[in-house]
Amino acid sequence: MDIIIYGIINSVALAIMALGFALVYGISRVPNFAHGSIYVLAGFITWSFLRTLGFPYFWSVIITMLIVGVIGALLYRFILIRVRGMAISEIIASYAVGLAILEGLRWGGFRGMSYTLPVFAEGSVIIGGVPVDFQRIIMVFAGVGIFIGLYIFTHYTRIGLALRGMAQDERAALMLGIDSDLMAVVSMILGAMLAGLAGILLLPLGNIVVEAGYNVLILAIAVCIVGGLGSWAGAVLAAFLIGFAQILTVVYLGSHYQMVVALLAIILTLILKPSGLFGMQKQLEERV
Amino acid sequence: MTSEIILEARELTKNFGGITALSRVSFSVNRGEVLGIIGPNGSGKTTLINCLTGFVRMSSGEVFFKGKNISNKPAHRIADMGLTRTFQIMRPYFSLPAYKNLVIPLFAPRARRTGGWRGGGKLGDRKTVSIDILEEIGFERDSFVPYKIASTLPTGYLKRLELARCLALKPEIILCDEVFSGLSMSEIASMVPLMERLQMEGITLVMIEHRLRELFQVANRIMVMNFGVKLFEGTPQEVMANEQVKKAYFGSEEVEEVMHYA
Amino acid sequence: MSSTHRRKERIDRGIKVRTDGLYALMSWRELSYLTVPRLVLILGILALPIVMPGMYWQKVITIVCIYAMLAIGFDFLAHYVGLVSLGGAFFIGTGGYIAAILNSSYGLPPLLTIPIATILGAAICTLLLLPCLPLRGVYFAIVTLMYPLVLARIIEALDVLGGTDGIMGVDSFASSWVEQYLAVTMVLIFLFGLRRLVNTDIGLVFRAVKDNDQAVRASGMNISYYKAVAVFIASAMGCLAGACLVHIYMWAGISLFALDFSIIPIAATVIGGGGTIVGPVLGCLILVPISELLREFGTLRIVFYSLILVGFIVFRSEGIMVFGERKYHQFQRWVRV
Repeated sequence: MDIIIYGIINSVALAIMALGFALVYGISRVPNFAHGSIYVLAGFITWSFLRTLGFPYFWSVIITMLIVGVIGALLYRFILIRVRGMAISEIIASYAVGLAILEGLRWGGFRGMSYTLPVFAEGSVIIGGVPVDFQRIIMVFAGVGIFIGLYIFTHYTRIGLALRGMAQDERAALMLGIDSDLMAVVSMILGAMLAGLAGILLLPLGNIVVEAGYNVLILAIAVCIVGGLGSWAGAVLAAFLIGFAQILTVVYLGSHYQMVVALLAIILTLILKPSGLFGMQKQLEERV
Repeated sequence: MTSEIILEARELTKNFGGITALSRVSFSVNRGEVLGIIGPNGSGKTTLINCLTGFVRMSSGEVFFKGKNISNKPAHRIADMGLTRTFQIMRPYFSLPAYKNLVIPLFAPRARRTGGWRGGGKLGDRKTVSIDILEEIGFERDSFVPYKIASTLPTGYLKRLELARCLALKPEIILCDEVFSGLSMSEIASMVPLMERLQMEGITLVMIEHRLRELFQVANRIMVMNFGVKLFEGTPQEVMANEQVKKAYFGSEEVEEVMHYA
Repeated sequence: MSSTHRRKERIDRGIKVRTDGLYALMSWRELSYLTVPRLVLILGILALPIVMPGMYWQKVITIVCIYAMLAIGFDFLAHYVGLVSLGGAFFIGTGGYIAAILNSSYGLPPLLTIPIATILGAAICTLLLLPCLPLRGVYFAIVTLMYPLVLARIIEALDVLGGTDGIMGVDSFASSWVEQYLAVTMVLIFLFGLRRLVNTDIGLVFRAVKDNDQAVRASGMNISYYKAVAVFIASAMGCLAGACLVHIYMWAGISLFALDFSIIPIAATVIGGGGTIVGPVLGCLILVPISELLREFGTLRIVFYSLILVGFIVFRSEGIMVFGERKYHQFQRWVRV
């Protein structure tokens, strides 16, 4: 029973982590390797507002989201836009920015165990004989809320529809008068905010450490590859696959193997079905 | 002409998701002949070539090359047996000069076994051999053209380069995917004798073409496709007389033009 | 406003004929035009250990060479085969651990451990990367990025190969001169060997795989095989570098999988100029000493490289070497249009 409950929690956590990466790649085809660092950065910004400046929790979260969104926009507007379309340069540039943020934080003294965000609500309930604290429950509901919100946003709003149009065919979208750069900026803002939100939702469960940035990046990529780069439904499904696989390894093998499972999942997927479970990228086939 | 069957497809079917691109296509090619494949856009001609050469996995059906079953073998294995293809969208190695484009197929196992189109690939310097091949196919040796970077070459030369890349392997059969399209009339006029010469040398050709007038000059047999189905097969004269074909091409000026011509 | 209608005209110096690799040498002047830059490079690198003051900077030269080997490998894979490997640390770690095990457990001298680690390590790396070879672009980069991280985790988790403590007590080289000249000569051999290789026929095939792998398949060649060969070459260089590193530090540990080994070679390649093979060496000669100077700032170094890297990739993506080559081979002047 606890496997099922913690599996669901872990899977939702993974899905929240991966969503920002999947969104940005799906829309603007930019692999945002700075994803993990934005995640951690959001945690530290919130911490700073909360502890150093003494803002209330709610407002520090809101301000953090805004700051993170601006960072995402700047990242695209000043760096990624110039290397757009060159896959190698995109990866290297965004990865380098991510490294700069993470290692800068480490240098700035943000290390050790003293950085924790408070949970949203204390206490726990017992579900099916397993104690689950409120934070995790909030996280699961928030995750589901984010998915529903994103679905509504992308299906019923003008900007959301424009984003989906661009995700399908950038040139056709351009011809229909959709400003692809603007949309890419929007997608980066959204992606960065999702990363930040993931950080704020997940970080209260433990310490804020710089290494989490690398782990989150790896997990997000693992989820996206297994699900198929650019496919949101695939990402969610893959999150559940990997999430349960991780919980099972933790229970039967030990917690050290979590990352190993993620990598094995990637390699297995790539060997068996390179485009992922729901890959939108066409197989290596010529156009008909 | 001997009627040994060199390439045979049986009940070839290919589905892309829910769309059937090819539906139970069967045909055979005799050694030394020129088979033309015509059909409206989207009738599955290029998919057919992709399936035959292993670039796309077919959903069902079998392909035999020289009596051996080559269905769903890897593309490089099929090319190595001597069944080569050109690409409709030209795919030169853009960053390399034209003659170095040919060094690559000359380095392939098959070319090293057979020595290339005119031989000489076994012993000689591959760069020299490649310039020889380029000259035969219409690149003037003393001009600058063979040394130009492939991305700067005009379409006519790129089409020839595609063909040369197949020839470098000393193929038994070449599947040509629209070698005439995109060329000017004079360029086509100079390509036709080349195709005829290849046929004289015993290389079997399967040509997908929209330029019916030139195709009918070269081809011995024509296969008509529409909506992924083989519609008709016969000599050029029979094809022109056939009602079904006329219907498939209804309104197409090209056929009208060819009809008048014939 | 006629002065604004100008453009830069670039004229090749007359020596280059037709395309790359074909030269018409008519005089000693032209011969020296081609050979002098190369001689300067070779002699300069060979002289470096001698002119460096003190042990510390001599060590830095060795480290430069180790990074240079990795960077050459990265450049070769990325710009001649089209495989962007973000996992230089994977090669270093594999080679390093093999050398350390051979030395500490089986007592083999460095003379044997280094070649064995190079070949065996390269074979292992190639084997592990084999499933990823059909992947292109982003996918390959992502997977190679993960390999070193995960290997480090596995070693940590299983507590094998010395666990987090690493393997201590690896033999060092006979003297620091052996160590430096081994590294320097290896860099030179790889540098000129690879520059030659990419212009041979198999090198052309590698470049063709990068340009257009479908056409290579259509020519009856197995692209996975050629990619595997290329990965073997690059990983052999990385493993050699790792093996040398272990013998220099006399220690092998998880830090062999550290990010430094992945990011510095890439930064060096971008700064030095990708696709030139020499560029990465120059990049390392610039970056690594700077990073040594910044050592006291701790992780700020990585921030610093990352920013340089971003700056170069965004504003000067051709790199120093390409820029220099162009200046050397071409006149440039403004002409009025």
